[in-house]
Amino acid sequence: MERRVKFVQPLLIRASHWFNAILLVGMIASGFQIFHAYAAFAERGSEFCCYPFAGKRFPEALRLGGWLAGGLKWHLFLMWGFVLNGLIWIGYLLGSGECHRRIFRPRDAGGAWRMALYYARLRRDKPPYEIYNGLQKLAYTGTLALGALAVATGFAIWKPVSLWPLVDLFGGYVWARYLHFLVVWAFLGFLAGHLFMTLVVDREATRSMIVGPYREKVEDA
Amino acid sequence: MPDRREFLRLAGLGAAAGLVAGCGWRGGPFEKVLRWWDKPNELLQKAVQPPRRHVRIEPPGTETEGGAFPMYYISDTPPVMDPETWRLEVGGMVERPLTLSLADLERMPRTTLRLRHYCIEGWTAVASWTGVRLAEIARAVGVDSRAEYVEFGSFDAGYSSSWDRESALHPQTLIAYGMNGAYLSAGHGAPARLYSNLKYGYKSVKYLTRVRFLAERTGGYWEDRGYDWYAGL
Repeated sequence: MERRVKFVQPLLIRASHWFNAILLVGMIASGFQIFHAYAAFAERGSEFCCYPFAGKRFPEALRLGGWLAGGLKWHLFLMWGFVLNGLIWIGYLLGSGECHRRIFRPRDAGGAWRMALYYARLRRDKPPYEIYNGLQKLAYTGTLALGALAVATGFAIWKPVSLWPLVDLFGGYVWARYLHFLVVWAFLGFLAGHLFMTLVVDREATRSMIVGPYREKVEDA
Repeated sequence: MPDRREFLRLAGLGAAAGLVAGCGWRGGPFEKVLRWWDKPNELLQKAVQPPRRHVRIEPPGTETEGGAFPMYYISDTPPVMDPETWRLEVGGMVERPLTLSLADLERMPRTTLRLRHYCIEGWTAVASWTGVRLAEIARAVGVDSRAEYVEFGSFDAGYSSSWDRESALHPQTLIAYGMNGAYLSAGHGAPARLYSNLKYGYKSVKYLTRVRFLAERTGGYWEDRGYDWYAGL
């Protein structure tokens, strides 16, 4: 079957994607190490409504840093890369005029719905789109929002006295810490879908994220 | 928490040195850069921490119930010293070194602050602390302007910590002898301790015996084992 190049992933996007993949693994593993020191959320002398797994810890193989001091050192080192990468991404989106092709906007909702119908085999023909379809835009924009939430809740629990208005915004220290933890699961949920889509459904996406060109199948060649 | 409890138990058995070498945090080939990275992190922390007064007082009645506020010390049992013979030595780069008794401290201007305590492990608790602002004592001894650091020593098996002068002289940093309206208990650092919520709990040295103003920063019990030196909140 013939293929033609539909678009090319720019080097900057490819580099920051793989940089981010490494950073995210490191941030989560060192985060599990930090969580290990107090695997609960309740304030001392109080109950916390919403976490039934208090006291359960992550196995050593999933933790980075050896103990709390090392976990913190890794976490507070990698965070610079994580924030920097996020800023590079935002700078690229603003500077390149690619926003409308990559960022989810309300007008993309219809496209996302049609794509969902297509994947559910309730629609025969694939809806047309430029780089990303509505579902992809939704997912990738969602990760940017998650990244921003991770950074904001992270700063709140790192500097809760100095940045107390930020802590209050999240409902106090306990909730800010819990949200920071939940963001991890949202990232892992995204990752499960992302790996399935790029390794099983659309392997060309993986290839383009490594070498650049995305080659689309030409149906009526 | 068992991690640190376990660590403390083993340290108490005199295995501290071997343990730090053996179970020290893993940085592998990155260890140097990770240690060095405390510097940019410290600059960021200082930039975020406003130097002026920003005490966040917790509402009345929010104090953590009796025994639920954890007690840490590195000795096997809470270190005890007769409050009558206990003295606090304030010295280093000062004009008039002082030796203060508990009665001396109680005669100085008294401050009570109800603060949320943040442990590096991730838990919090609330207590109200009564004592003297360290800034008050610093005025009494006349601190040299070149003394950028303050070292705090204790009678808890050599536990110590070192602070930057700005945080130490912040109006919410106390030499506390009271907690929740009573004198400090043995588990919470009697007769007197450093207390502030500008930094993580391990920086607030209990069983305090020595305050020294210095031109150079020194380490501390946990700092030497890998915890952050600045540890600002």
